Amino acid sequence: MSTLDSPGERSRSGRAGARRLLALMRKEAIQVVRDPSSILIALVMPLILLFLFGYGVNLDASHTRLGVVLEAPGPSSRDLAAAFQASPYFAVRLATDRRELEEALVAGEVRGIVVVPATFEAGLRRRGRAPEVQVIVDGSDPNTAALVQAYVQGVVSSWSALRAAEAGRRSSAAGVADRLWFNAARTSENFLVPGSVAIVMALVGTLLTALVVAREWERGTMEALMATPVTAVELILGKLVPYFLLGLASMTVCTLFAVFLFGVPFRGSVGALYAISAAFLVAALGQGLLISAAARNQLIASQLALLTSFLPMALLSGFLFEIGSMPRVIQIVCQLVPGRWLVPSLQTVFLAGDLWPLFLRNMAILLLFGAFFLALAVRLMRRRVA
Amino acid sequence: MRLESRLVSLVVKELLVLLRDPRSVFVLVTPPLVQLIVFAFAATLEVKNVHLVVLDRDEGAAGVELVRRIQGSTTFSSVVPVHRPEELRAAIDEQRAIAAIQIGPGFSSDVAAGRPASVQVLLDGRRSNAAQIVSGYLAEILADFLAEASQREHRAATVPRVVARNWFNPNLIFRWFMVPGLVAMIAQVMGVIVTALSVARERELGTFDQLMVSPLRTHEILLGKMLPPVLIGLFDVTLYLVVAVTIIQVPFRGSLLLLYGSSLFFLAAVVGIGLFISSLSSTQQQAILGAVLFVTPATMLSGFATPIENMPGWLQAVTLINPLRHFLVIARGLFLKGMTLEAVVANTVPLVLIAAVTLTTAAWLFRRRME
Repeated sequence: MSTLDSPGERSRSGRAGARRLLALMRKEAIQVVRDPSSILIALVMPLILLFLFGYGVNLDASHTRLGVVLEAPGPSSRDLAAAFQASPYFAVRLATDRRELEEALVAGEVRGIVVVPATFEAGLRRRGRAPEVQVIVDGSDPNTAALVQAYVQGVVSSWSALRAAEAGRRSSAAGVADRLWFNAARTSENFLVPGSVAIVMALVGTLLTALVVAREWERGTMEALMATPVTAVELILGKLVPYFLLGLASMTVCTLFAVFLFGVPFRGSVGALYAISAAFLVAALGQGLLISAAARNQLIASQLALLTSFLPMALLSGFLFEIGSMPRVIQIVCQLVPGRWLVPSLQTVFLAGDLWPLFLRNMAILLLFGAFFLALAVRLMRRRVA
Repeated sequence: MRLESRLVSLVVKELLVLLRDPRSVFVLVTPPLVQLIVFAFAATLEVKNVHLVVLDRDEGAAGVELVRRIQGSTTFSSVVPVHRPEELRAAIDEQRAIAAIQIGPGFSSDVAAGRPASVQVLLDGRRSNAAQIVSGYLAEILADFLAEASQREHRAATVPRVVARNWFNPNLIFRWFMVPGLVAMIAQVMGVIVTALSVARERELGTFDQLMVSPLRTHEILLGKMLPPVLIGLFDVTLYLVVAVTIIQVPFRGSLLLLYGSSLFFLAAVVGIGLFISSLSSTQQQAILGAVLFVTPATMLSGFATPIENMPGWLQAVTLINPLRHFLVIARGLFLKGMTLEAVVANTVPLVLIAAVTLTTAAWLFRRRME
């Protein structure tokens, strides 16, 4: 017989309750330590992610392979080609016939082709109409395509400004002086690393919890636990507190490596970081518990956790893709993803500093998510037992 | 019983295990489709609906005209004027605006006199990729504005114009890039997880011992575990292809035969990795976490979201052993570029090699665990 939700039971002995709770937590902690896979995901995964973001994965194009066609090489067009070769953004392949490079573009060997036409030299000497430089880019990767266009434009503008300056002419070309706050070096790992902290917490908080509880259902040990004098609250706390602590440990490892190994700035306070993370973990653990109560099978629980927590954290949280640019319907979906309220707070605490109005609002929303998920999970578990 | 019929009955049994439970059928079909559709529309590096604030300390005609032009651009959904520098700072801090424009006091007179005129743009570096794209848009608007201003004053310099043309995707629609990648990525995730779980579940439930005492030989058990995920993978690829072309409207310009041919080797390589994870894990939890531990870096090092040539040389070499990297080239090539037979074969050869290595390693580990 289950003693779930009997208020008399709960109040009878606080001391016995505390003892039961401690015993449950110890059981769970032993399970964590015995199964190396949870340690692996909590402590090794952050290192892999940090390593990849720190060394490999970035959106800042450099050495993009570019073809430059000089249809009729002359002093000015050679000079322009040299400007492309000197640019750190491009690795240039020269040709005099565009057909040669068009094949390379289809095969993906170059990302774009700059065509300096035969009329270029004459066009520069003539006053009035400016000569044309054509750029053909591989649109199958639109982000790189847009960057190549912008960089080509940049090289051509600065080349002509330099020529104008050498000729002693005044140039009207002047532009935007931009300053990137919080990330002056423009390294994308600075904003990707806080995102990887978020991904790891979603894995530990939701996926791991969903799996562990689903296994208890699958093996029938959940019913056995419920037949003991443990109350629902104790059972849930006993399950969740160890994974809450594991999530915080994982976040700590991640942050230490990010700051001391990769030199990511940390401008906020440690207290704020823990407060934000704790609020997110309440929501993540609640979600994990809800998934396990609904699925009761590890295959289904894992798929649901990946679909509703891990992938949205990577794609819908604003960590990699701008929420404002998405279609309206998907923007609404984003608001329902807890990660969307975590990522801006983490990026702020790392790169900008403590902004309590932002933190408090996001934490309140995360705690609301947590309360909603937990209440739903408890209802579902009660119905299962009854 | 003859080998083929034993094998067929094992494959049928494996498929039944997966397909008998309506919830697991639901899980095999619905989440991948939801992922494909939601992420096709969500995953965009374009920057739209941008909020800006402007501090115009010039208040001359040129400054007003520039602000009007920025407001006229479809990229920016709101351009809010502010009056004090502290308001600029607050708008960026609280993420009400991704960028703030500050027009200095001498802007109008600089433009009128033909002196180099510039405006300052402050960007939120917490979202540095988007912020830099916004900065690029603003620079373009300003350059056009200044060029026209100087043309009006007949001081036209002969600055070459850059005319851009985009092949394969003329309007640079981000979905066209994302969807072929998602097809490959989701097929990988499904292949690895389904395979990794199949052996681990039998081990956890104890039915693996029953399988071992049956008259089935080791290689038959292996094949019986491999074929169902490959079949499910091919089914998934077909489903995604239909959804991609009909609902999401991404063109498919290559040959279907080449897509299925290369998918087969890709799935074989991926299933080999799943079996490998499976033979190393004794519980389903270990199998799933092992699969996540493989899938995450494999996706990041495949060129799925960020180009491989942005990585340092040694890491680019590491990506060569990643099956997704090669299949992504094929999938994008077949969808958008109508890739030729030679190019597809050139990218399938590494898949064949990877499949050979993962399958033999998995088989070896499998045998060792069984003895």
